[in-house]
Amino acid sequence: MSGLVGNNLTCYKQDRCLFQNLSIRLQPGELVHLTGPNGAGKSSLIRILVGLSTPDRGNVKCDGMYTTDPAFAKNILFIGHKAGLNGLLSAEENLTYWCAQHGLNVTGKTIHNTLEMMNLVGLEAVPIKYLSAGQQRRVALARLSLKPATYWILDEPFTSLDTDGIAMMEVALANHVSNNGAVIITSHQSLSGRAGPYRTEQLDYQL
Amino acid sequence: MSELYNGIIKRDLKLAFRQKSELMQPLMFLLIVVTLFPLGIGPGPDTLQRIGPGVIWIAAILSSLLGMERLFRDDFADGSLEQMQLSGLPLYQIALCKIVTHWLISFMPLLMLSPLLALFLNLTLSMYLALIVTLLLGTPIISLIGAIAVGLTTGLQRGSLLLALLLIPVFIPLLIFATSAVESAAMQLPYGPQIAIIAAIMLLALALSPFAVSYALKVSQN
Repeated sequence: MSGLVGNNLTCYKQDRCLFQNLSIRLQPGELVHLTGPNGAGKSSLIRILVGLSTPDRGNVKCDGMYTTDPAFAKNILFIGHKAGLNGLLSAEENLTYWCAQHGLNVTGKTIHNTLEMMNLVGLEAVPIKYLSAGQQRRVALARLSLKPATYWILDEPFTSLDTDGIAMMEVALANHVSNNGAVIITSHQSLSGRAGPYRTEQLDYQL
Repeated sequence: MSELYNGIIKRDLKLAFRQKSELMQPLMFLLIVVTLFPLGIGPGPDTLQRIGPGVIWIAAILSSLLGMERLFRDDFADGSLEQMQLSGLPLYQIALCKIVTHWLISFMPLLMLSPLLALFLNLTLSMYLALIVTLLLGTPIISLIGAIAVGLTTGLQRGSLLLALLLIPVFIPLLIFATSAVESAAMQLPYGPQIAIIAAIMLLALALSPFAVSYALKVSQN
């Protein structure tokens, strides 16, 4: 079965049931906007979908592979709350090492161009901790154009981005979906028309 | 392989050399402890020779605890570890690479400094040879076992006290066999059995620890 599929997922956190028997399916060519109030379990669901957490019941499959399969992560790109950038390394170094870990054959020139595209010219060699929150977020999001993965799983990617940054991201999402990619995104603001058609999945806060 | 070398080992080495004070801190601690002992106990050459190996080993274990947390703490806090877990590389290989790098940056300087320490504590040549063999075989155990404890406590705030409590009992056998080997060397006795036991512990830890670390990290991430 193609697509990223979560079957009958159940997740408990601190004795509270976040969701029960939740099934979710993301297919290539789809943009899914995951909404819900704070504490509804959006991030928990996202972390389960990429295999970082294990659900209390249910399972996740990506193109027929379980999360424990070593090849599971090959086609998935996750950007979470934490940017995954080391404050002492520069944007360029962070991305270079990240590409090396993911086995991507990317030249320094490509990384430069990507950072330029993210409007970070002149900041390539500055340690990440000296960049603003929005600039750090841009460095983290630069990964989207470095790894050719079908499934983008983004947890609050718009946090601390300015309006230009959000517009740029929405266009990138629309492009990815039109190239037969799939995106699942959590965000408290609604997506604008630039992001193209999307499906909303609502998670409710359960007591 | 090149993913692990370029992505993990080179990165960790660069990070270590960028935080020079953190890199130097355990080494300075070790040097201070070893220099203070003769002043506190009295500079009699015989006394020093008798306590020397123990002092060096205790200082090595305690100083390693200072920097141990760094093994996964920063990567866990800033999310780099999540990205590594999703890189498609097996987590146990990532863990092993991080352990090897940790050993290189925290114990290689100690090995290089050891002739000086041996001189401070009036060790004879045969004692020094036994000491260096125990250090070469024994310090990887500290990195390997320490990594399991760091993996388990990395999700907790202020886990360092817990870390020390978890690790010290595990290091006691190592300390006993290592100092006993040097003692035997001092008395011109064969010290092969002690070295063999240390080597056995090291190989066992090498075989099992990466898997234990990867499981511990998954649990912490959950």
